[in-house]
Amino acid sequence: MDTFLQQLVNGLTAGSVYAIVALGYTMVYGIIQLINFAHGEVVMIGAMVAFSVIGALAGSGLPPIAVLFIATLCAIPACIAVGYAMERLAYRPLRRAPRLAPLITAIGVSIVLQHLALLVWTRNVLAYPQIVATKNYALFGATITNVQLGIIAVCVAMMAGLAMLVYRTRLGIAMRATAQNQQVAALMGIDVNRVIAATFVIGAALAAVAGVLYSTYYGVAQYTMGSLLGLKAFSAAVLGGIGNVPGAMLGGLLLGLVEALGAGYIGDFTDLCAYPWIGEALGERCANGGQFILAGSEYQDVFAFIVLILVLVFRPSGLLGERVGDRA
Amino acid sequence: MLLEARGLEVRYGGIRAVKGIDLEVEDGELVCLIGANGAGKTSTVKALCRLVPSSQQALSYAGEDISTLPIHELPKRGLVMVPEGRGIFPQLTVEENLLMGAYPRGRGNLEAQYDSFPRLHERRRQVAGTLSGGEQQMLALARALMAEPRLLILDEPSMGLAPMMVEKIFEMVAEVARRGVTIFLIEQNARLALKVASRGYVMESGTIALSGAAEALLADPRVRAAYLGEEAGATTAG
Repeated sequence: MDTFLQQLVNGLTAGSVYAIVALGYTMVYGIIQLINFAHGEVVMIGAMVAFSVIGALAGSGLPPIAVLFIATLCAIPACIAVGYAMERLAYRPLRRAPRLAPLITAIGVSIVLQHLALLVWTRNVLAYPQIVATKNYALFGATITNVQLGIIAVCVAMMAGLAMLVYRTRLGIAMRATAQNQQVAALMGIDVNRVIAATFVIGAALAAVAGVLYSTYYGVAQYTMGSLLGLKAFSAAVLGGIGNVPGAMLGGLLLGLVEALGAGYIGDFTDLCAYPWIGEALGERCANGGQFILAGSEYQDVFAFIVLILVLVFRPSGLLGERVGDRA
Repeated sequence: MLLEARGLEVRYGGIRAVKGIDLEVEDGELVCLIGANGAGKTSTVKALCRLVPSSQQALSYAGEDISTLPIHELPKRGLVMVPEGRGIFPQLTVEENLLMGAYPRGRGNLEAQYDSFPRLHERRRQVAGTLSGGEQQMLALARALMAEPRLLILDEPSMGLAPMMVEKIFEMVAEVARRGVTIFLIEQNARLALKVASRGYVMESGTIALSGAAEALLADPRVRAAYLGEEAGATTAG
């Protein structure tokens, strides 16, 4: 029970970050049907820029929260610039090309960004400064840290803000209108190019924050970190139904939970000694409470992709991806 | 002259769908463009609204050359089009659809549209894709009016609607015209179109075959034979 609750807390933390990244994938897909494989790299750039800013402010004597806040405020415009530039330079010229062309371009953009980061921040795994002193709080037998609480709070606030933007503002309605029919949106006087650029910019701003949170949580950053995180967030978006904003939020949280619970229990399930017949056959190794674990929590990353495969096989439209019937 | 096209030509690959036609619409007129399926009517309006590339000697609206303007600049100038098939946003609510109609103007006057279309007020929170065909056409019309158009281009508003609904829509179009909006109406239903219009163009395989006052066209034996379903005195349902 303790493991369960603890993994629930951990899963919720990671999942809320996945959700924020997944939103970037889903919004761009929703509006131009492009899977922006370079989105994970935007997250990485956010983490890296913040890393440099934190390093620069290390001796300033500012309170740690303020440092983190300033670092995030620097990461956001940097990521916005990257997001805007990739739309403008790489994807817009291919707007009318067959869908494979922008997809491959996205992979190219991702490689370019990784290697730019490699030049600036080296190929080393960077120890992300843990400047916020961790405090533990007991929660029904599990432990939740102030960092986890902060991450969940920030992510929930961003999700709420984004939902307001998409469902309540003029720009949000225009984004959804453009997603449904670009030509008619233009006939309404909506500057479609601007709305698409805005979508990239919003996704990139979210990615910047996600990058800072992710690296602060795990304590590391590296120029390749965006690819695994990006793939997981993409899986989360597919799980929720790609193109669907609430779906990305739900998918992210669920994926975080699946991953954490999977990591928490995979050791128990693959402990051969726990199975009577095999346990006996192994004899001595299992005697006196011994264990023979085939796969431990280092296999945590597998779960995201198991989920991705299961969704694609059994429910390709995702959990919330059902489209409303439209009569024309 | 509010809208003027000279030598308008639309090509799809090697096919000339519109073969160099001249059109003009004066301020305050209700002009219709009729013709059979495939005559090039929709290609013509799409070219007028810059939805398809065209070549022409002149294409102007309110004295301005619009041939190089991006599509989204047109509604800002009062040129608003309701596309064929209505073009509502099926997953937005009725109210969101209406708000998008007034996009360049900010919020627009929702109340005025709800007054003219009480049905839309009833359904304002409903997703537009769940409306009936007739309600969708009303929504498309109301949405266009949200932009407070000077020139309204309607592409086949009767398409796919029950006869009763068609008459209702045409009454609304006539009402909009009475309020002073200039209308360019594209229709297959020639009889109804010529009844509400003051002037008409008849399009045949990419060219303007006939044009003139609506009454004259209604009386023209060629129009009666080809578009009103009346052949040599025999009257059939049109």
